[in-house]
Amino acid sequence: MGALAQGEVRAAGAVPPRLLVIKNLRKEYRAGIVVLKDVSLTISGRGMTAIIGPSGTGKSTLIRCINRLVDPTSGEILFMGEDLAKLGGRELRRARRRIGMVFQEYNLVERLSVIENVLCGRLGYAPLWRIWLRKFVAEDVDSAFQLLDEVGLGDFATQRADQLSGGQRQRVGIARALMQEPDLMLADEPTSSLDPKSSVEIMELLARQAGERDIPVIVNIHNVELARRYADRVIGMSKGGIVFDGPPQALEDKHLLAIYGGEGWLD
Amino acid sequence: MSAAPSVSPPRVAFPPNWPMRIVLVLLAAYVIYAGSILDITWPRFLQGLDHGRHFLIRMFPPNVAPDKLQLLRDGMIESLQIAVLATIFGVALSLPLGFAAARNLSVAPLAWGARAFIALFRSFHPVIVAILFVKAVGFGALAGVLALIVASMGFISKLVAEAVEEMSMKQVEAVRATGASFLAVVVMSVLPQVIARFIGFSSYQLDSNLRNSALVGLVGGGGIGATLFTAFQRFDYDFVLTIVLAIIAIVMVGEVISGWTRRLFR
Repeated sequence: MGALAQGEVRAAGAVPPRLLVIKNLRKEYRAGIVVLKDVSLTISGRGMTAIIGPSGTGKSTLIRCINRLVDPTSGEILFMGEDLAKLGGRELRRARRRIGMVFQEYNLVERLSVIENVLCGRLGYAPLWRIWLRKFVAEDVDSAFQLLDEVGLGDFATQRADQLSGGQRQRVGIARALMQEPDLMLADEPTSSLDPKSSVEIMELLARQAGERDIPVIVNIHNVELARRYADRVIGMSKGGIVFDGPPQALEDKHLLAIYGGEGWLD
Repeated sequence: MSAAPSVSPPRVAFPPNWPMRIVLVLLAAYVIYAGSILDITWPRFLQGLDHGRHFLIRMFPPNVAPDKLQLLRDGMIESLQIAVLATIFGVALSLPLGFAAARNLSVAPLAWGARAFIALFRSFHPVIVAILFVKAVGFGALAGVLALIVASMGFISKLVAEAVEEMSMKQVEAVRATGASFLAVVVMSVLPQVIARFIGFSSYQLDSNLRNSALVGLVGGGGIGATLFTAFQRFDYDFVLTIVLAIIAIVMVGEVISGWTRRLFR
């Protein structure tokens, strides 16, 4: 409830709403081979949006275009009124620090400690000398510890990241993204490398943490059941385009067949 | 044509490798030719052995006169200083050069430029570089230090570039996604992945600079090499033995120390 109220205050105040509008987004890794076919999409500033679809259909490319780990070939990505597709240099980094990202294989810096990995979420804000000397401001260190407590890894702060299990690593990945105090969270197959129990725990954590802070989340996910369970909206992609868009309750078998193709596998 | 199609030719397990045979014959011919040109004959070899015997006899016992030990100490200290200075500066300069040369981190023109630089540094043996620097800046330790800096940069920056190219880009990507600046990405995701190997390379380099500092001294680069060269010139073969033993001892100590450093940073 408190988080909801906070969100409303934000929406009512001077801060532009966390609206993401994607217009005619197109990506060709090699000229002529279209991975994203002029995708248009509007994502409101709250809740979890799940993108489902077969491998190689452009889900990762779509999500990576948003924070420009992948450069789109053409199209617009308007986030809070700013076209991310046009940014470069300093402006791009400023935009990136407001967008947290969670990766399929966690992508922690393995030789850094857990707390250092979480503090990576402040790299867009801290001056280089503080990073080099590990003299992060005290508030950042405090909130890093608090985030680690919240994801249940308070006792692991000074351990090296390569000593953690998969589920634990992904918790650190989420803490790192939250540390950015993001306006948007992207999660690229956050559960695909995890066992079923950890997958549920990670989705639960992601949904709860983002929900409490009222941060919109876009998540690529292979597991349709998890998408149904945690998402407020499901987008189905096939062959570089959107073929389903609606609430999870509306997702029926015929849609799944349209998304994934073939038949017989649903029985 | 008359044979039945089912009869196949006998299979050969190890067919003759004609290109290899030709290469071996040519190589043998060249060895004989080069030996005859250079007047390497058995009588000449025996004569050389006799020289060697006289030389060894004159070396024993090693000369440990106080004035010689003083010379040895001064030379050694200078060599040590040359090695440490060259390693520190060479290694410090190698880090940015290596990053610039890594194709996954730097932009193509810069990477190729840096690679050309490294190739240039690596194209000559430290002794040749030392001769150039002795001609350029005059006799003494400065020439030795500069020569070994160049040698260190050629070696370390190539290895750093390779280490950077082998690192996991996933970790780099994640840090980049936080909105970190280029240097922050380097500090928090590139360095942690390569620093242990970098320390390893650097301690190897200290090791080899210790050895090479004696070498560059022979051509005027200062240090124990200069002392050794003078001893040869004056036919002080007993003192030469003292110096050689001291160099062996230092190199061994250096190897132990660099082994410790590597273990420390694993």
